[in-house]
Amino acid sequence: MNFRRLFLIATPYFWLLALFLIPFLIVLKISLSDPAVSIPPYTPTLDLSAGWGSIKTFFTELDFENFIFLTEDALYWKAYLSSLQIAAISTFLALLVGYPIAYAMAQASDSWRPTLMMLVILPFWTSFLIRVYAWIGILSNEGFLNQLLQWIGLINEPLTILNTNAAVYIGIIYTYLPFMVLPIYSALEKMDESLIEAAEDLGCSRLSAFWLVTFPLSRPGMIAGCFLVFIPALGEFVIPSLLGGSGTLMIGKVLWEEFFNNRDWPVASAVAVVLLLILIIPIILFQRNEQKQREADQ
Amino acid sequence: MNRKFTLFNATSLTLGFAFLYLPMLILIIYSFNASKLVTVWAGFSTRWYGELLQNDAFLDAAWVTIKVAAMSSTLAAILGTMAAYVLVRGGRFMGRTLFSGMIYAPLVMPEVITGLSLLLLFISIGLDRGIFTIVLAHTTFSMCFVSVVVSSRLVTFDKSLEEAALDLGCSPLDAFVSVTLPIIAPAVISGWLLAFTLSLDDLVIASFTTGPSATTLPMKIFSSVRLGVSPEINALSTIMISIVTVGVITASLISKRSIARKQGEERTAATVDASAA
Amino acid sequence: MAQPGNKPVFAPWNDPHQKPLIQFKNVTKRFGDFVAIDDLTLDIYAKEFFALLGPSGCGKTTLMRMLAGFENVTRGEILLDGQDIARVPPNKRAVNMMFQSYALFPHLSVANNIAFGLKRSSMPKEKIPARVEEMLRLVHLEQFANRKPHQISGGQRQRVALARSLAKAPKLLLLDEPLGALDKKLRQDTQFELMDIQEKTGTTFVIVTHDQEEAMTVASRVAVMDNGRMIQVDTPDRIYETPNSVYVADFIGDVNLIKGRIESSGGDNYTIQWAEGQAPITAAGPQGLTSGTSCHFAIRPEKVAISAEKPTDRSNALQGKILDIAYLGNVSTYHVELANGQIIKAQVANNRRISRRDMTWDDNVWVSFTDTAGLVLLK
Repeated sequence: MNFRRLFLIATPYFWLLALFLIPFLIVLKISLSDPAVSIPPYTPTLDLSAGWGSIKTFFTELDFENFIFLTEDALYWKAYLSSLQIAAISTFLALLVGYPIAYAMAQASDSWRPTLMMLVILPFWTSFLIRVYAWIGILSNEGFLNQLLQWIGLINEPLTILNTNAAVYIGIIYTYLPFMVLPIYSALEKMDESLIEAAEDLGCSRLSAFWLVTFPLSRPGMIAGCFLVFIPALGEFVIPSLLGGSGTLMIGKVLWEEFFNNRDWPVASAVAVVLLLILIIPIILFQRNEQKQREADQ
Repeated sequence: MNRKFTLFNATSLTLGFAFLYLPMLILIIYSFNASKLVTVWAGFSTRWYGELLQNDAFLDAAWVTIKVAAMSSTLAAILGTMAAYVLVRGGRFMGRTLFSGMIYAPLVMPEVITGLSLLLLFISIGLDRGIFTIVLAHTTFSMCFVSVVVSSRLVTFDKSLEEAALDLGCSPLDAFVSVTLPIIAPAVISGWLLAFTLSLDDLVIASFTTGPSATTLPMKIFSSVRLGVSPEINALSTIMISIVTVGVITASLISKRSIARKQGEERTAATVDASAA
Repeated sequence: MAQPGNKPVFAPWNDPHQKPLIQFKNVTKRFGDFVAIDDLTLDIYAKEFFALLGPSGCGKTTLMRMLAGFENVTRGEILLDGQDIARVPPNKRAVNMMFQSYALFPHLSVANNIAFGLKRSSMPKEKIPARVEEMLRLVHLEQFANRKPHQISGGQRQRVALARSLAKAPKLLLLDEPLGALDKKLRQDTQFELMDIQEKTGTTFVIVTHDQEEAMTVASRVAVMDNGRMIQVDTPDRIYETPNSVYVADFIGDVNLIKGRIESSGGDNYTIQWAEGQAPITAAGPQGLTSGTSCHFAIRPEKVAISAEKPTDRSNALQGKILDIAYLGNVSTYHVELANGQIIKAQVANNRRISRRDMTWDDNVWVSFTDTAGLVLLK
């Protein structure tokens, strides 16, 4: 009985310790090391066979040099700021696009809702990469969007959208839209329909009933949706590297290039550590929002 | 909700779904374009599908991807179900908070960080990188998704079913195999499917953790897409979209039908008491 | 249980030669700081239909789960047939349980649910179908053998759960609120069916319920619990007629409670002083109470008579005004307010049509009772 329980707990536990926690500790450690022209390309390395003395020198050689470097080189803090900005703007736009969809879904008839739900989820199952790729053909100078706008006569010269931040916004909104729609939909769907009737009975117009009742009640769903878009968008790599231009600074891309192109492992690790520190705040806020929701539901 | 379906609602649904589906539709249509220029229509052709099937690099990559996805999703389903069981039924044990933290953290961890940290681990323990390391990496993050799916099912699972099995003479293991597992099987299967899709889809983590010997399909697509749009990729995308669409629609029809049947039977069954009383 | 006249009365608890099937010996169960069962001692005999009755949180479910093996005992011991069962896991106990939620396995048919325990017992494989058939007959579900649990009604599910838990012929069957999920009409029918099956199979039943009517109907003995303690263990009629405490009197049925002080005693009869300006109450009570002891006088509403004139043949009569009349069909309950504000409930059978009722609101009336109708309670 106890052996079985131990086995049950230990297997996933040690898997995660070995392949999640320890790797992260290695990142942390390398971020405190110095770059070196060697294999692996950093120093110091821990040599346990040399006994206590080497462990002591190992720890004394660790420092925050890379983190100081991150603050000194404008590239990095600009990349962090611009990631935050891009993630925030696209989250807000996704909310604007997603809310009406969620609202309309919640008002559809019972027989339609499962189908609509499936239509929202379906893109999530198709390859992320392909969905981003689809926009390259649409947004390029000779792409479908420019062809359409020129055909209508709205513009004479093709607009440059691909390889700009605008394309990144579109990419993020497009790929993460289901994450925005679903929580808002579920908040709206469980709302008691008599609340609106009560508001109208008490003298609200349809619009003010929406604004005073529906909208505040869907707020937890909106908050959840915003976090679900914002958090992954912040560390996004594929979208800025396919749709963004050379001017698009996002921290995921910087990390990738620092690692693969510059082979500067310590700086790449430091970039990762700081990104994680930035992410902790929205993650904690998100958890708190979820917790509050669960308590309210009980 | 107050169900009054207005013009406004119809418009937002139409525009919303157009936004979601038009890009993919255009992709599909232009995969049948005869021209090499992707944005200029030059007549219907299946030429790019033929060329795709001749392209060994793509076929190899597809095969690697499927192998990785099958192995990692199966491992993830097993480990994730165990983890879910520990989370929901494990009671108190040393380091429980750390454990649940490690289950939830990978869900929000940026892929670049997961990939980087695993690569650094594999290097520092001197593991040869290839299919095996990608499988390890994919299993790690997708087991967390599986465990979330399975534990949400386990939370609503009536614990007295397990107690009844024990009461009727089952050992704890027998109770799990003959009662718990068959009942949570749909959740485990959807967890497996999710893990499979995540693995098929992943570019970033695979790029970090692979070695020169293994290239996955997303990596192949990414490197050719960086050079611009190509009709072969359109054809490949169309194939992948069709497989997923058919799969998801079939699955949802099956589950919709079985739910409807079950509800019908429950309604009929409930009338017995009313007529007996 | 009603017993036909010449059959010996089933009362093993009064027979010193009988050995109890289950013995709780000073059992205590704690969940952290919370004491669920507090130093409880109790004997249950074979073939009894034993009811654990009490409000939610009184410990009755914990007591049952300790018998089934789902909870450990913190202190004390539980004996089944003289054997300590503390170390026996639930799957090795000759005890089966019928769960409140029924806990039918949704993926198995009715027959396979019933066969589930048999397949894990020492019963030879070829004998199992016959046993399943026998159980299906017992609960009248022969035609439903191949249905899944969701394809049968709530009442039928309840019977499958019963059949499944009886299939292994346990020494002891535990029933956790077995009728709680059924509606009232079905519940009453099922109560009699349960008693019938209990008698047919000769199994010892321990039932947990919060429904006092249900406990009174089905049980040979009822244990009233509160805060992890046994307050009274007795036959249903004695629980009702001679409750040992205010708690039991109040929990079972309706009762008038009057707080007072014993003034004087003459043999078995006591005089109770209870309010300024009110005549003292004369009542029988346990022997040897000294005057000055504070007590409660308890009397059931149906033992209180109501009349326009002061009755002469009853030792207690109090004057008051009708405050309220609750018409319940077969009976009416009159709420009579006495001069000091005390309200006495009197229940009268409606033998006559309502239009001929001779008392109404605000009438001055007398409520009266004999000296043996009520009880003197000390706790």
